[in-house]
Amino acid sequence: MTTVYAIDVKGLTKRFGNKTVVDQFALQVPKGQVWGFLGPNGSGKTTTIRMLCGLLRPDAGEGTCLGLDILHEGGLIKRQVGYMTQKFSFYEDLSIRENLEFVARLYELKDQRIAVDQSLAELGLTQRQRQLAGQLSGGWKQRLALAACVLHKPALLLLDEPTAGVDPQARRDFWEKIHLLAGDGITVLVSTHYMDEAERCDRIVYLAYGQILAQGTIAEVIKASGLHTYIVSGGDIRGLARALHGQEGVTQVSVFGTTLHVCGVDREALDRAVAPYRAWPGTTWTVAEASLEDVFIHLMAPFRDRIQG
Amino acid sequence: MFSSLRRILAVFLKELIQMRRDRMTIGMILAIPIMQLVMFGYAINGDPRNLPTVLRVHEHSVFSRSLITALENTRYFRIVASTTSEARASTMLANGEAAFVLTVPAGFSRAILRGERPSVLLEADASDPAASANAVSALQQLPASVFQQDLKDAGITLPPSAPPFDIVVQRRYNPEGVTALNIVPGLIGVILTMTMTLVTSMAVVKEFERGTMENLLAMPAKPHEVMFGKILPYVLLGYAQVVIIFAAARFLFDVPMAGSYSGLLLIVGIFIAANLSVGFTLSTLATNQAQAMQMTMFFFLPSILLSGFMFPFRGMPNWAQWIGEVLPITHFLRLVRAIMLKGTPIAEMADELWALLAFTAVMWVVAMLRYRRTLD
Repeated sequence: MTTVYAIDVKGLTKRFGNKTVVDQFALQVPKGQVWGFLGPNGSGKTTTIRMLCGLLRPDAGEGTCLGLDILHEGGLIKRQVGYMTQKFSFYEDLSIRENLEFVARLYELKDQRIAVDQSLAELGLTQRQRQLAGQLSGGWKQRLALAACVLHKPALLLLDEPTAGVDPQARRDFWEKIHLLAGDGITVLVSTHYMDEAERCDRIVYLAYGQILAQGTIAEVIKASGLHTYIVSGGDIRGLARALHGQEGVTQVSVFGTTLHVCGVDREALDRAVAPYRAWPGTTWTVAEASLEDVFIHLMAPFRDRIQG
Repeated sequence: MFSSLRRILAVFLKELIQMRRDRMTIGMILAIPIMQLVMFGYAINGDPRNLPTVLRVHEHSVFSRSLITALENTRYFRIVASTTSEARASTMLANGEAAFVLTVPAGFSRAILRGERPSVLLEADASDPAASANAVSALQQLPASVFQQDLKDAGITLPPSAPPFDIVVQRRYNPEGVTALNIVPGLIGVILTMTMTLVTSMAVVKEFERGTMENLLAMPAKPHEVMFGKILPYVLLGYAQVVIIFAAARFLFDVPMAGSYSGLLLIVGIFIAANLSVGFTLSTLATNQAQAMQMTMFFFLPSILLSGFMFPFRGMPNWAQWIGEVLPITHFLRLVRAIMLKGTPIAEMADELWALLAFTAVMWVVAMLRYRRTLD
């Protein structure tokens, strides 16, 4: 059976003790796309990814990965999925090459030596293949992990915060590779906290407290938020920020270097709230589209009590 | 000065909090002394009594009956069988069913009455010299006094200078009573228990501790595949250890090899498997390598103290013997000593072999059931 969806799940629920970490999660990811998976820490992203690749057993729900039942065909799914863990989880006391060889053997690849050589060359690791993985810097470890999880030519890649703590150049190279793989028809679900990475995805899914709060293209998500934003520049914007904080109709005030973002859900209420401050000395006010980050902070607002509590 | 004390206090409080969180460690630290107190205080006894004895009495008379009664009254000997077959008695000594065989010859009474000073033969299983020593010396007190009443009843007076009969003691399997002959084969068991259990338990916990287990579980390796793959190198290591100890036993300590090498290799293999399964099970209980090590100690202590390695098994009270019977090393020690010192064919030790196999099978099932297939 072939489906157009690489991931097609609904009702996925996972509880740890009496805490529901993922609640009624439903997602359909078409083949060959790169989807970003966003949400605050502890929102259930990792748990969801682990359920998709058979590392955790869902308490409820059903669905398929690559047309295979996630509840009963976990073994077959594992053969076609590449999963990159949040924490580096290859062997630090094995060399780069030995790690790749181990993976190649586990997946029973044909022509293992060629596959490993090729993978090393593609990722630019050929020169360092004898180096112990534990001695690598963050960026190189991440390259190794990616090389290892695409070695068996998976049809679906699940990447859990793959670029956390990695420098911009390495992140850019990493994303280039992701899009190359997607071009070959691999589906990618990648969780991240970086807005610029979210913008590199075909679509994004925003998860908080186990529930999907928004999904779609960036433009769709921003539009659906209904958020109105002023960008203020010049003058004492820090003083302005303090003054605007907590005003009726203003949901967010945040300083971005020399500019200030002021957001509200209701255009009129926002205008009323900022009217007295429009003449704040030295400031220029511009109506702008909300940024993705503004939207995410806004989406999280109803949950703020739960973070503190 | 005071600020230094305050910083010491800060570290002290932090340590207390962390210690309280690690319940397992606290539990082990408190449990191990209790365990040692109980084992050393109650279970261990260097003066074992009621040792199983086989009688080969070729004459039933007043004298032989008196001798047997006196024998039992020493409380060192417990008669488990009576036979006239030398072969049967030897087998029982070889497979460990009996510790002594006492042979009273035909014509014993007549020889006593004639003042010929006949001999009774005590064959002792001296493979564990410490276990049999006290019983042997207790027996040697008997000739001087045991027949006084009987002789008086018969109206016979023998010269008081010499006892009416002699006891000839034959220490089988270890005629010189060298302790090393008993200890060195036993060491194979102790060393394998310690290292095999420890390395396996650490090997699996390490995967969880370093986070590599998540990756391993996400790849298409089934639990039993991971288990066997992880364990095989340690089986090889175990055999390497056996070769070293065995070579030392032969060339440094002159321990004989009376039995078959194939039998030895077989039981070593089963015993290694038994310990690896214990190690694997412990690793599924421990959350870090330190805990795995403590649990190994917890298993290791009774293994050396209650198995008959350090102290005579038959000297222990029943409850301690039951614990000992559960431990794989107890059966391994009996097997390895029988094979190396006595040359007992493995077929005669079937009970011990089955016990070892049963332990191993049960432990493997437990290990497989406990092994986590997911991260749940």
